[in-house]
Amino acid sequence: MSAVLALLACAAGLLGLGVVGVVGGRGRVGAAVVYLGSATVCALAAVSAIGVLLGGEPVSEVVLPIGLPWLGAHFRIDALSALFVVLVDVGGAAAAVYGLGHGRHEGHPRRVLPFFPAFLAAMHLVLLADDAFTFLFCWELMSLVSWALVMAHHQQGDNTRAGYVYLLMAGFGTLALLLALALLAGSEGGYAFADMRAVEPAPHVAALVVVLVLVGAGSKAGLLPLHVWLPLAHPAAPSHVSALMSGVMTKVAVYGFVRIVLDLLATPPWWAGLAVLLLGAVTAVVGVLHALMERDIKRMLAYSTIENVGIVFVGVGLALAFDAHGMGAAAALALTAALLHAANHSWFKSLLFLGAGAVLVATGERDMDAQGGLIHRMPVTAFTFLVGCAAISALPPLNGFASEWLLFQAVLQSPQIEQWGLRILVPGVGGLLALAAALAAACFVRAFGVVFLGRPRTPAAMRAAEVDRASLAAMVALVVLCVLAGIVPGVLIDALAPVTSALLDARLPTQAALGWLTVVPIAEGRSSYNGLLVFVFIAVSAWLTVRVVHRLASDRLRRGPAWDCGFPDASPLTQYASGSFAQPIRRVFGTTVFAARETVEMPPPGDGRAARHRVTLLDPAWRWIYDPITAAVAGASLRLNAMQFLTIRRYLGMVFLALVGLLLVIAIWR
Amino acid sequence: MAVSAETVVDLMVQGVQMALVLVLAPLLTGVVRKVKARLLRRRGPSVLQPYRDLARLLRKEVVLAENASWLFRVIPYIVFAATWVAAALVPTFARGLVFSWAADLLVIIALLGTARFFLALAGMDIGTSFGGIGASREVMIASVAEPAMILVVFTLALVAGSTQLSTVAAHMATADVGLRVSLGLALVALIMVALAENARIPVDNPATHLELTMVHEAMVLEYSGRHLAMIELAAALKLLLYASLVVGVFLPWGMASPGAGLAAHLVGGATYVVKLAVAAFALALFETSIAKMRVFRVPDFIGAALMLGLLGTLLLFVSRSL
Repeated sequence: MSAVLALLACAAGLLGLGVVGVVGGRGRVGAAVVYLGSATVCALAAVSAIGVLLGGEPVSEVVLPIGLPWLGAHFRIDALSALFVVLVDVGGAAAAVYGLGHGRHEGHPRRVLPFFPAFLAAMHLVLLADDAFTFLFCWELMSLVSWALVMAHHQQGDNTRAGYVYLLMAGFGTLALLLALALLAGSEGGYAFADMRAVEPAPHVAALVVVLVLVGAGSKAGLLPLHVWLPLAHPAAPSHVSALMSGVMTKVAVYGFVRIVLDLLATPPWWAGLAVLLLGAVTAVVGVLHALMERDIKRMLAYSTIENVGIVFVGVGLALAFDAHGMGAAAALALTAALLHAANHSWFKSLLFLGAGAVLVATGERDMDAQGGLIHRMPVTAFTFLVGCAAISALPPLNGFASEWLLFQAVLQSPQIEQWGLRILVPGVGGLLALAAALAAACFVRAFGVVFLGRPRTPAAMRAAEVDRASLAAMVALVVLCVLAGIVPGVLIDALAPVTSALLDARLPTQAALGWLTVVPIAEGRSSYNGLLVFVFIAVSAWLTVRVVHRLASDRLRRGPAWDCGFPDASPLTQYASGSFAQPIRRVFGTTVFAARETVEMPPPGDGRAARHRVTLLDPAWRWIYDPITAAVAGASLRLNAMQFLTIRRYLGMVFLALVGLLLVIAIWR
Repeated sequence: MAVSAETVVDLMVQGVQMALVLVLAPLLTGVVRKVKARLLRRRGPSVLQPYRDLARLLRKEVVLAENASWLFRVIPYIVFAATWVAAALVPTFARGLVFSWAADLLVIIALLGTARFFLALAGMDIGTSFGGIGASREVMIASVAEPAMILVVFTLALVAGSTQLSTVAAHMATADVGLRVSLGLALVALIMVALAENARIPVDNPATHLELTMVHEAMVLEYSGRHLAMIELAAALKLLLYASLVVGVFLPWGMASPGAGLAAHLVGGATYVVKLAVAAFALALFETSIAKMRVFRVPDFIGAALMLGLLGTLLLFVSRSL
């Protein structure tokens, strides 16, 4: 059986599990069947896809007689699809194993169980689709199923609004993609992707396609300013679904962008790289600043997803820019960095969302300021979350660093670009990337410090207990993946080579041929990095130090009350919390980006009321774009309301006028 | 496996380097303190005082806060190990360290970032407000200082065509570097970042124990005994690292090239010590002649470094000869 048929069978199996979820979703056995089944199918699909990616199996395709009658449904798997199928499957398997334990805390399992495997199936199908109709149908299926999952807890808080905004933005995004693919198909209607690759669209059409794909795929991925739905919708879903949406679905959006712009569009316009680069860099910085201001742990993670999507798009933008200037090796480096970061992000962000879900189960609160000291009561979760925080903060020798290091190496290739706009822009983009990385470290020190360290701030945090074994197993597996990907990134870089070869006709040097598992992106003299050696160095020197100090100096230890400069403070509320920790950064960056304002209301002496400290932040996207649009729509519909109560004579008059108007248009058109 | 004589020499050079930075680091701190004291017309403690402090701290027992977690006990060793590895990869007296290919300048910066990440977590662990204030200010300073440092690295890498520190140092020693505006900007930015990263005046005062003005000291307030010794040693190593970085890149003369004989290495060692002494004197002079700034003026200070770094990189993008 060819790989594409095997993967289609896996997708069908997942859809079947969705039916099981409808039928048997009430009992425990049904849930176990759905989650275990999903994990197994994902594992099988991953094996099949890895075979395509590494084994260099030929590109296989199939046309099924479903869908549009004259078109059929085309499916195809090549290196690019295979890579993203692997990402979906790894994230999906981890989420499914986690769901095995986490799902027991679900109040209404039938609102989750049918949609969870269906969501995975839809993502597989998007990656396999090979014609415009199938692609858009599956894309929309993915959006709708995930919308259903977002609405699973619709009674809670703001979740209905989250679902509403998500539905609007998803529809808008799909509309943009629809128009883009229609432009590519041309008037002949060559809807199969193979036909689109064959024709070279006119420059203005290509330009329009890039803009539309940037809107369509960018809104799904969370690019500024189309990101507004993401921090609402991702946290609203159950935690293992949040992990899928943030860790995996945003990657499917990246796939959509890469597939259309780098593969289907033969020659993207020269400014495409510039636009993507700038958008990505701004997204990264604004996303992480938002994350730093957020109190809700899951929303914080969702904003951090926006940041990482920005980083991925910077890599894609650089690849476009290099490719447009015929610098194949540099373009391959940038695209490899982007894809590697996409993979790394899908792992550590899934890990972090699963950890946040464990915290939510243990204390019942998403508010970081209601936690504290969980490292004592949830040691394994704390450890896995710590590894996730270190990886996302790009600390060596973990995986986040490896991909950001590659990206910086790609940035350093850019002075050879001829074009002036790019040359002036790229150093700024490099600076913004570094800023985003440093802010991300601050953000995750804050998250881990406030949630897991210190003293418990609420009775719930004091009573928290470690979560079940299935959840822990999923998190530990992702930790292993993050560490391995960090210390031997060369293996992953080699696995990405078929993708860059197919898209850009260029690849990085084979890393496996180098000794000691070193990573050398361009040439040995320019730059090299060895995660394994750095890891071994740190581990050995730390271990030696501990041995020497304990042996030769002292190993005595006494417990006593905290010193705290002689102020033994009574209340755990005097600890730094999320808001106070972010205050210095809010004062430095927030005043410009969010128009942050702090007001202190101090009642006069003798007045018994409590003093208040209030911080107001304005989200620039809502303030400058969405609020004006919603106000305009609301105003227009209020005006149009009057049209409901006209006499029949006036309605007929309007019909007549419309007819005359249309005829006039036709007459002028001809 | 046959091991050639060259490999043995290379490994020995690397080993000597690791030992050398460890031995010299407290001395550098001691010299800076001594010179500062002399400039203020005090006699000051002996330059060996940091060694004595470390020895005493190492012998004392650790008093651990009741709610300290395992992380709190592990962090001093992580911070020390990460800083030590970073310091061992900066060329001091010889270029072409055998393991320099394992980590370029970006990795060295990131290793220091790792140390800072964990130290800030240590500040949060006990759950006191002083730890929190230190950690939150430290990450705020780092969030500007780190991009500034990366931009300095960009400037150096674009001039030398490599992010490998040995290659950069070798390139800077050749005559074809010449005088460049961008390198001047990078030097100023690097020194500003170094001051901020090492908690020196005007950003932070290494000698203060006035709670509301301190950043680094507030974070490590709860540490004692051998844990504190590890953190103090890591701080001294970090100062040495930045000093070596500045003198190694901008005064690269005298370093032994790979495969050179013993005499060249001895000359390299001697020049390195002299260069460090000059750096220590300059630092002490600078610190005595300037006042510490308010904590919310600090972003302006490091922001200037960021802009200088950006300008340096931009100039290189515009023209390779600037």
